[in-house]
Amino acid sequence: MDSLERKVRVATAWLGGCSGCHMSLLDMDERLLELADRIELCASPLTDYKDFPPVDVALVEGAVANQDHLEHIRHIRANSKILVSFGDCAVTGNVPAMRNAYGVEDVLNEAYRANTSVVVGVPVGNAVVPRLLGRVRPVHEVVAVDLFLQGCPPDAQAIHELLAALVEGRRPALEGRRFG
Amino acid sequence: MTFEELMEQQARELERQRALSRRIYCCTAAGCVSCGAEAVRKAVAAEIKSRELDGTMEVCGTGCMGLCSQGPLVRTSDDGALYGNVEAADAAALVSAAPADDPRLAQRRIDTSTPFFVKQKKIVLANSGVVDPERIADYIAAGGYQALAKAVAEMTPREVIAEVRASGLRGRGGAGYPTALKWELVAKQPGATKYVVCNADEGDPGAFMDRSVLEGDPHRVLEGMAIAGYAVGAQQGYVYVRGEYTLAIQRLQAAIRQAERERLLGSRIFEDTFQFRVDLRIGAGAFVCGEETALIASIEGRRGQPRQRPPYPPESGLWGKPTLINNVETFANIPPILVNGGEWFAGIGSAPSTGTKVFALAGKIVNTGLIEVPMGTSLREIVFDIGGGVPGGGEFKAAQTGGPSGGCIPAEFLDTPVDFESLARIGSIMGSGGLIVMDKTSSMVDVARYFMEFCMEESCGKCIPCRAGTAQMHDILTRILKREATRADLEMLERLCVLLGETSLCGLGQTAPNPVLSTLKYFRREYEELLPAEHSAAGGER
Amino acid sequence: MSVKTLVIDGKAVTGRAGETIFNVAWENGVRIPRLCHVGGLSDVGACRLCLVEIEGQRKLAAACLTPVEEGMVVHTSSERLKEHRRLILELLLAERNHVCAVCVMNGACELQDLAAELGVDHVRLRYRFPKLGVDTSHERFGQDQNRCILCTRCVRVCDEVEGAHTKDVFGRGSGSLIINDMGGPWGESDTCTSCGKCVQVCPTGALFSKGKSVAEMRKDRGFLKYIVTAREKREWIR
Repeated sequence: MDSLERKVRVATAWLGGCSGCHMSLLDMDERLLELADRIELCASPLTDYKDFPPVDVALVEGAVANQDHLEHIRHIRANSKILVSFGDCAVTGNVPAMRNAYGVEDVLNEAYRANTSVVVGVPVGNAVVPRLLGRVRPVHEVVAVDLFLQGCPPDAQAIHELLAALVEGRRPALEGRRFG
Repeated sequence: MTFEELMEQQARELERQRALSRRIYCCTAAGCVSCGAEAVRKAVAAEIKSRELDGTMEVCGTGCMGLCSQGPLVRTSDDGALYGNVEAADAAALVSAAPADDPRLAQRRIDTSTPFFVKQKKIVLANSGVVDPERIADYIAAGGYQALAKAVAEMTPREVIAEVRASGLRGRGGAGYPTALKWELVAKQPGATKYVVCNADEGDPGAFMDRSVLEGDPHRVLEGMAIAGYAVGAQQGYVYVRGEYTLAIQRLQAAIRQAERERLLGSRIFEDTFQFRVDLRIGAGAFVCGEETALIASIEGRRGQPRQRPPYPPESGLWGKPTLINNVETFANIPPILVNGGEWFAGIGSAPSTGTKVFALAGKIVNTGLIEVPMGTSLREIVFDIGGGVPGGGEFKAAQTGGPSGGCIPAEFLDTPVDFESLARIGSIMGSGGLIVMDKTSSMVDVARYFMEFCMEESCGKCIPCRAGTAQMHDILTRILKREATRADLEMLERLCVLLGETSLCGLGQTAPNPVLSTLKYFRREYEELLPAEHSAAGGER
Repeated sequence: MSVKTLVIDGKAVTGRAGETIFNVAWENGVRIPRLCHVGGLSDVGACRLCLVEIEGQRKLAAACLTPVEEGMVVHTSSERLKEHRRLILELLLAERNHVCAVCVMNGACELQDLAAELGVDHVRLRYRFPKLGVDTSHERFGQDQNRCILCTRCVRVCDEVEGAHTKDVFGRGSGSLIINDMGGPWGESDTCTSCGKCVQVCPTGALFSKGKSVAEMRKDRGFLKYIVTAREKREWIR
């Protein structure tokens, strides 16, 4: 971000999370328009882009919970200059990681056997439901993370500060942010 | 009992023993018992009975004879011969006219002119293997309770402390705090109620020094405690002994009863106004109860957890009263110091670490067992001369001293004299006397992990750094061993070492990082080799 | 009563003899972090967050247990201390399942507050995810071991103020648990008076009032001050 001539290339990604962080991103409201002049959104669940090109900044929502997430986050890391853990699921594992105390088998049983009446049986392979990892992990346990934005979800003001700072090439003022 | 009566008893017992043609000493310390010593003793006793040799021969159990790896050990008094790996079937030969001529026994005979025997110097263990720990008469025959008699009859408490100061004796529990200084602190506290506590909660993995002393010579410890009681002005003593030491507990209980019967403990000791009672308190297996404030809590019937020091126990200990806490071996050193004088003791070892130290040799070493050497003996002499080196011609890699609070000493420091200061200088500690030898097949990371697991399981849970920190360090070490850890994990491991050392509440947590720190210091390559190849710094995969 | 003069973070302050560094610091606006300390209960020095540097002493000292001395020079927030405190908080956050987003105390939790104050923006350690229970057998209160930091405030208030000693610590190390009586369900306790003091002093969501949902639980420790003042000074302040 040494130069302001070029728009900052930004992507967002959605791993194991509820999409609440993305909703909060949209809560920036009219400030989105102001940012839109300075950033180029290159990939995001909010768009229809299918691939994830090289970007300056990637905001990653959600924990790494399944095989797809694992492959995706590695790809994101390799293609991002600055990777931001975006929200508590990415930063701590949060709600998706609550299954870690129980183990995959128990979770699948609970979801696909014990409490269903229609579809009976645990999906196997990677075809329909990606294979769950044995342990849901915060993003920084899998790849190096450059910035952490706590909150469930982070409020729009904090997201704006983060993006504005990165566009301006300064370190975002995020002191005093809290989990939850 | 008066002093004269004590001397009479000694003379009488010596006379009785001299009248025997042979005493057959069977080591009945826990090590030998575990490989069949009781069967040997019973067989010998039966043999004496069946041959009607009752008046002329006797068999007696004794404390540890040292060479535990060759137990059961048996010694005959008339020729002083020592036999190893003795079986019940050898009983007949042991009571025969010339046991040494028996071909089977001849094979079992142990050469006592080897360095294992001649390089040792026995003060604490002088009676181990010589007196029957279950008979107070044996202890009295060996000069027992004469030091207490001397203290009570001829010396003032101040003079007793002066003698201990002259000896230079330092606490054998591990930290090496000057014993006389501690005694003085308690002695000068006002108030009539004070306590003497013997810390027998020995818990380091591989350590069995205190256990051997208690099993082999319990009266010695009681006598040391009584002298301490006299010196500091206490009337009540407690031995806090771990529940796992059932044999030591039995022998202590028996010894206390005998000593009370002979009026060597209790009231009017040596017809003086001095009184001193000793009671046992049995620990329930928590390592942290060896920490003095946790030990106090446990004796008081509370949860065995440490508290902040100060106040130190000499000011505020058991039930808030001034309390002297010393280790088993420290107390065992007191009677000979009073009998022979502090100067005699100070002449042994290497100032400022005087006297001897008992070590339990374990691990990859030929002569596993219990030894006592003058302070300042080099590690090389202990491991190679006395210990016989690594079995099967293996190559020495490191010696671990000080248990979970200690460190690993590599081969380059084999010539370090074993004393408090020298060991501390090379990143380990004297500790209570556990010495575990490792050869080239040992993974030092695994050694560190093992000790961390120990600390994690023994952490009381009171303070966060120790409780949660040992668990995290154990987790990182486990992942390093599985080749799943990164350089960042290794850095965090080192960061946690600093945190635990500087912020833990008690010694357990403060010293828990030591095995990691010392293996990182001397064997860092072993850690590095277990890390995956480096990825590019930024954007690298974790 | 004699008065001690000392310096805390460059500020000359005075305290009464026997008063702790912690109290004197707070009285003078120096907020030393803490989790196990709560005014009115005995101090145990367990959380290690209030450790301070005292010039001339090699070891760090727990401010809550160290009395002020004449001429002491105390530093409460050096970089070294801040880094230690951050790591201690990370150890706590990783030890059990502190899921702020779904916790009754979200927004008013002392652990959460301190993490924010000390700049813990992520936990560098592996979360341990122990499998722990929630006891909802009591008519009015619940106990969630997942949120417990073992500060023992509940144990102390129950013993020292209420006099019931229903709660105590079971087990050791990270597996320690706060139990009721001999470990049975809280609702079946013979000794619990249902006074709720333990709930009010608990710094996290480990003890809560039933019927509170996420972020609805708030705690009030006012009672401690007036009970303790009444007891010590025979003065009813409320």
